[in-house]
Amino acid sequence: MSYCPNTDKEQQEMLAAIGVPSVEALFAPIPAPLRAESFALPSGMSEFETFDRMKAIAGQNSAGSVNFIGGGFYDHIIPAAVDHLSGRAEFYTAYTPYQPECSQGTLQALFEYQSAICRLTGLDVSNASLYDGATACAEAAMMALRVTGRNRILVDACVSPFSREVLKTYLYNLDVEIVEIQPLKGALDREGINRLLDSSVAGVLVQNPNFFGSIDDFTSLAAEIHAQGALLIASVYPVALGMLKSPGEMGVDIAIGDGQSLGNPLSFGGPSFGFIAARKSLIRNMPGRIVGETVDKNGKRGFVLTLQAREQHIKRHKATSNICSNQGLCALRGLIFLTTLGRSGLVQLAQLNRDKGEYAKAALTAIRGVKLLQSQPTFNEFTLLLPMAAAPVAAALLKKGVAAGVPAGEYYAGLENGLIVTVTEKRSKAEIDRLARALQEVLQCN
Amino acid sequence: MQLIYEKSVPGRKGVKLPTADVPSATPLPAAFLRKESAALPEMSELDTVRHFTNLSRRNFSVDTNFYPLGSCTMKYNAKILENSATLFASFHPMTALLPGGETFCQGSLGMLHHLGELLAEITGMDEVTMQPLAGAQGEMTGVLLIAAYHAARGNKAKKKYVVVPDSSHGTNPASAAIAGYEIITIPTAPYGDMDIELFRQAMTDEVAAVMMTCPNTLGLFNPHIKEIADIAHSHDALMYYDGANLNAIMGKVKPGEVGFDVIHVNLHKTFGTPHGGGGPGSGPVGVKKALIPFLPTPRIVKTGENTFSLETRRPESIGRTAAFFGNFGVMAKAYAYIIMLGKEGLIQVSEQAVLNANYIKERLKAYYDVPYDTICMHECVFSASKQSAAGVHAIDIAKYLIDRGYHPPTVYFPMIVKEAIMIEPTETESKATMDAFIEVMIDAARLAESDPAAFAAMPLTMPVTRLDETKAAREQKVCYVD
Repeated sequence: MSYCPNTDKEQQEMLAAIGVPSVEALFAPIPAPLRAESFALPSGMSEFETFDRMKAIAGQNSAGSVNFIGGGFYDHIIPAAVDHLSGRAEFYTAYTPYQPECSQGTLQALFEYQSAICRLTGLDVSNASLYDGATACAEAAMMALRVTGRNRILVDACVSPFSREVLKTYLYNLDVEIVEIQPLKGALDREGINRLLDSSVAGVLVQNPNFFGSIDDFTSLAAEIHAQGALLIASVYPVALGMLKSPGEMGVDIAIGDGQSLGNPLSFGGPSFGFIAARKSLIRNMPGRIVGETVDKNGKRGFVLTLQAREQHIKRHKATSNICSNQGLCALRGLIFLTTLGRSGLVQLAQLNRDKGEYAKAALTAIRGVKLLQSQPTFNEFTLLLPMAAAPVAAALLKKGVAAGVPAGEYYAGLENGLIVTVTEKRSKAEIDRLARALQEVLQCN
Repeated sequence: MQLIYEKSVPGRKGVKLPTADVPSATPLPAAFLRKESAALPEMSELDTVRHFTNLSRRNFSVDTNFYPLGSCTMKYNAKILENSATLFASFHPMTALLPGGETFCQGSLGMLHHLGELLAEITGMDEVTMQPLAGAQGEMTGVLLIAAYHAARGNKAKKKYVVVPDSSHGTNPASAAIAGYEIITIPTAPYGDMDIELFRQAMTDEVAAVMMTCPNTLGLFNPHIKEIADIAHSHDALMYYDGANLNAIMGKVKPGEVGFDVIHVNLHKTFGTPHGGGGPGSGPVGVKKALIPFLPTPRIVKTGENTFSLETRRPESIGRTAAFFGNFGVMAKAYAYIIMLGKEGLIQVSEQAVLNANYIKERLKAYYDVPYDTICMHECVFSASKQSAAGVHAIDIAKYLIDRGYHPPTVYFPMIVKEAIMIEPTETESKATMDAFIEVMIDAARLAESDPAAFAAMPLTMPVTRLDETKAAREQKVCYVD
């Protein structure tokens, strides 16, 4: 099975047209000593056997645990229309719209996607997607370095540890100093940041809600950062933007985030998409592809890839980023998700998440010895302080079929008792009550 | 076609959400709330479905049109691969990172590990990380690994340059720049490969890596590749293989056996996963033994007959390149593809891809100039130089093809060929499809002679004709404003 259609007869005709005796002769340019001696792969099979094998592999994962984990990926509803429409082969078997006339479907959809991201974040311009939220942090930081010509980035350690790791990986060889500000009770340490903020800083990276679930308002911080000529970069959770103050309203310069929660399945961590939006003046420093509106020769509106002089295929080593393939189909899913929910639907979804989160928070902190880490308000994620180390508790709960949360101690020294719990709209009251009972039982046994 | 925002009607609702089964939360203080809800479209579900269905019909795609976009390997994407990926849709990546969580993800971890082993066998490498999210990120990861290797040997300050041929993909120098290197570009010799004498002269002990695509972007296999690798290694430079063109050589050559130390593989090209209108891709990176200590975390390790775990603390690792384990859904499709095709199937893929490309090259070379006329691998590069003398350029031929129902080949790349037309039919196209395409290409060449002025108005059959790109770049309208 290799989906190669040509019959032996057709292959002979083609070889005759080329003027070689065999297919093997076409590999003559490869010198014999370079040829592979072995190719130790298993033999192929039919699609039916393949699918059975894939089902068996998926079956080796344990399904059925009730999910209260987040950490950047969230278990949200996905309307049926998202799968059906993004499953249109005209979308998913096309590629980058290099030829705009026969790619207006993709181009218009991406323009609408960029517009949706601008409207969500309250910013002026968006690109056509990045890989994920973590790499978007790195791209945004590199943008701030280019814009300011400085080489220092301040990072609130309340930003996802995964994003911070990716940021460090990207910037490791670039002569950039990354300074982390340690959290204060699960929130940004304002004094800590003020001590470090000066005119050597290119950008400050924060997250809202942060990894502990705390909500913040960065409006005054933005003013202080701007006073030093630096940029404020905020990583945001798009579902929460149904409710929370937008980055634009706060004075954020670059907003980024992971689009998984917008209509993309968990899928063991990918594919999702990263989004990036910014103030208009920063557009020439944006990474990746951007779709722009224009007209054709007859004056009819159409869409093209624009400002390509920023990109690697033109600028090579001087490009604003090395990104080429992005996450177009996942971004399309995001757009369809936002459209099927619509303006009031996203507000309602955000409200549902906060309602469930607050109910769970009350139920869990009612357990003796269980407190809340943060004093800030939260959205659908919050951090419990257990009376003992969270890791063995989480492990015990997982065995009972409840993925109760992410133990914070793995990522933050001194927070070994912290358990970060996420409650999306998909968790029922009964499931939350079950989590509370299970947590109480495990704590009593220890 | 109207934008979705222009179709929006205030107050119209789409999908119905569940009713809350918990009490309403106390509202947040106003300082944390947005003043106005985001102005997202307000549509009925039917109107949404019609909008996107009709948009999709404004695209050429592999499932609707022959799509010989060179360098992109637009092969057929088997439907069973889509079904395979959905089996894993509900698994949360954090589960694997919880204490004791690996036990709950043995299927996913085992599949990633086995896919790594299969890719290592195909490429001749010792270990493969699945984390990079696309080809360009694979390149960056590969160069970061090379930088870490040199740094570990005390050569961080000494190694300053990455060498690339002028025919390379733009991502190669862009990725090397993120890893902090300066670029040395080597011209292509008249025989169609990097000029080996100029290469020899450019090589010093300050070169960290040489990045090559083989077959290169002209579709030619470089017979001197081993010699190039030996020269590079004599300067303690590592050899990087850009796997964009791996579709040509499966079972024929293993890059790891001919001197390459690091490789990335574009799963969305060679291993049949759909390109999604621009992505998602997946760019696993394979390395030789000496580079294993630097691979990204978490690393998936086999701990028993059929048990797998995550190694999260590795002191020499370059760190994470993505939040979790890479584009898992894409990898599930590629894995299904590899086990379905198997050894014989993958060899057949490369053989038929090469046969198809050579067939098109031979049938068209009387009509279009071939800058390097020799047996090609999986793609062939023509030049519209003959036609451009009459005022018909590669882009005009591309627009003609659109009107005839074909997605155009890649044009103006590689940049070293004037008026380049780069055709990659892939192995999944039939002789009948190619014959029809060849006839249309011949028609285009004839029309270029008989009526060159006719091309200017093309395409005539699409929703829009040629678009004003200068206006787009000048006005920068990238977001709809009411």
